[in-house]
Amino acid sequence: MTTHFNEMYLNGEVRSPYARLEDWTRSMPAELRIQKQAEAEALFRRIGITFAVYGEGGDPDRLIPFDMFPRVFTASEWARLERGIKQRARALNAFLVDVYGRGEIVRAGRIPAALVYQNEAYEKTVVGFIPPKGVYSHIVGVDIVRTGPNDFFVLEDNCRTPSGVSYMLESREMMMRMFPDLFRENRIEPVDRYHELLRRTLNSVAPVKCDREPTVVILTPGHYNSAYYEHSFLADLMGVELVEGADLFVDGAFVYMRTTEGPKRVDVIYRRLDDAFIDPLCYRPDSMLGVPGLMDVYRSGGVSICSAPGAGVADDKAVYTYVPEMVRFYLGEEPILNNVPTWQCGKADDLKYVLEHLAELVVKEVHGSGGYGMLVGPKCTKAEVEAFRLKIVADPGNYIAQPTLALSATPTFVEEGIAPRHVDLRPYCLVGERIELVPGGLTRVALKEGSLVVNSSQGGGVKDTWVLAE
Amino acid sequence: MLSRTAANLYWIARYMERAETAARLLEVGARISLLPTAQGYRNEWDSLLRSIGATGAFAAKYGEPGQRDIESFLFFDRDNPSSVASCITSARENGRIVRTALTTQVWDALNTAFQELRNIEATPRSELELSRLTDWTMRHAAMVRGAIDATLLRNDGYNFLNLGYYLERGDATARLMDVKYYVLLPRADYVGSGLDNDQWIMLLRALSAHRAFHWAYGGEVTAGKIAHFLILNPQCPRSLITCVAGANNHLSRIAKLYGRQSEAQDKAAALQAMLESETPERIFEEGLHEFLSRFIRETASLAGTVVDTYLSGDML
Repeated sequence: MTTHFNEMYLNGEVRSPYARLEDWTRSMPAELRIQKQAEAEALFRRIGITFAVYGEGGDPDRLIPFDMFPRVFTASEWARLERGIKQRARALNAFLVDVYGRGEIVRAGRIPAALVYQNEAYEKTVVGFIPPKGVYSHIVGVDIVRTGPNDFFVLEDNCRTPSGVSYMLESREMMMRMFPDLFRENRIEPVDRYHELLRRTLNSVAPVKCDREPTVVILTPGHYNSAYYEHSFLADLMGVELVEGADLFVDGAFVYMRTTEGPKRVDVIYRRLDDAFIDPLCYRPDSMLGVPGLMDVYRSGGVSICSAPGAGVADDKAVYTYVPEMVRFYLGEEPILNNVPTWQCGKADDLKYVLEHLAELVVKEVHGSGGYGMLVGPKCTKAEVEAFRLKIVADPGNYIAQPTLALSATPTFVEEGIAPRHVDLRPYCLVGERIELVPGGLTRVALKEGSLVVNSSQGGGVKDTWVLAE
Repeated sequence: MLSRTAANLYWIARYMERAETAARLLEVGARISLLPTAQGYRNEWDSLLRSIGATGAFAAKYGEPGQRDIESFLFFDRDNPSSVASCITSARENGRIVRTALTTQVWDALNTAFQELRNIEATPRSELELSRLTDWTMRHAAMVRGAIDATLLRNDGYNFLNLGYYLERGDATARLMDVKYYVLLPRADYVGSGLDNDQWIMLLRALSAHRAFHWAYGGEVTAGKIAHFLILNPQCPRSLITCVAGANNHLSRIAKLYGRQSEAQDKAAALQAMLESETPERIFEEGLHEFLSRFIRETASLAGTVVDTYLSGDML
């Protein structure tokens, strides 16, 4: 493997955005650091920011490890990222409206019809329906990795219900509380407008039949869901009700929630629940989490659902390879952010290449998430690689492969002191009447030395992400 | 407010109060078993189980009642939904669901009780005396209650929480009295005997009302005075009338807040009026057990109406 880019240093010099942090770490004795770390953990626990993991024994309320060493972007680095992310969010939404409509991009031969229309995530139930403001994906989480000072790549898009934004907000709160001096010395763009922007975004996509200030709710699968904390956190910040399926019901042309004062009409549902579960009459009949009849109300303009059912076809890992094509096709622009080169095992040539170079590649399931079901070639034993080979051969269409990128690293507090650890970045782009992006995002860090897997379910942690003001 | 949120708050209160009741039951049972009674050891524990309607569930799992098994059943047993461990876990889980409707202090109190419970569960039983368990339970119940009173916004959620507390507590006081009177006292002709009075005093202790009683009444302890104290005296914090008046008050506040009366307010007001017109003599004439059974039924009916009206969300 090639050596990775350490975001703090370049040619032996400290890069400008990290200049002040150099002094900060030098002036911080180990005891203070340990004390601060304990303080942070106690605060997280106390506030209840946990990641609930049921059914595995042990403490059901786990903390996501929080690393106090921030990750920093300059204003100009961010400006480029911001343009690239917004461009992508626009293209993805244009694609969704198109493929549930006339399918121009398919007719033009820019993406294979089978990949779209036979995709598991393609929702036939919403064909011909255009959601309010033409937005399918209202919160687009774009996962970005870096390999050099100017080299950013999009690893994947999350168009349905990307999670983790609460960690972005809470990590910042924690840092401001523990190290106020850092915020006085560095000019750091604030992220705390996120919930206002989210509320505004959701308000802006009220359904056609809504003739008043819309009532917004967040729909959660319930308190056993691992992201429940985030659901309740966002509901609380926005001042909206956090509902479960059973709290809602359909009566005639509208959806209502059950309150202590009787039924109250609901206009916009920010759901943190997969399509398959939201309406047992329309999708999985065994779902206890959804609202029977919801889709009828949705399609007749009585309620908005964010993200819109069907949005998943845009963040499929096989469709991903065509996002740069979408940017060109719908926007007539060149993509600002590049994809990671990707081989689709469903294509004969690609498959041949992948099988020949398996030990060097990262292979992922098309519909997988959370870092599960993937092969990181260079980190695996021969036997593991061979076992994976059989899985690919059995169902090539289910896999894509990418080169093992030399992910950038940032300094991270570890037991021995400070050491570089690999990171990625997930900003949250909001799409409604306008497209908004708070300057920052969730930086996930692989805490194990050398590890490239940043997922919280597999030992990843989080960091505060700074964007410096001009 | 979402009906389910109101229900979660209501159940936080009921579970915390129920945990406390389980602890008080353990205490009253333990104290009564220390008395040199004619009945011997076994009967006390058996009667205690009968009072909470758990004889069957207990026998199925443990067989003959003995102190250690009763302690397991009432404090540790997760299969018993009314054990201290079950109640504290449920209260805390209800709290986690509505975390944002609680203050940090209330959540802290619930969460601390839960975390300490896990430590207690990991401690060898030989190191856990009964009194330590009951004191611990009452202390944490008080801490949650205190955090609610000191920090929570006085909105509808606060009223639903208090409604839960008062309904549960009224039910518990009635049941504890019933253990004593109906179940423990073997024959009617023991009424007024030395045995009878000893048991009443134990009951007062279990309700932490021993000293308060003497301040309020003085002189001889009689069944009439105690019945008055625990049923009809609004000064006693756990008396039936205090609990009903409390529930009535919070229901009235809800009606005012929502600008609408419901059957729940009518029922609570009727129950309070009934208690206000009672005297100890008339209660004993009816039969204390009969009176208490009637009260338990009517409180349950009121709780059912509260659920139907506000907490189920089915009102259209």
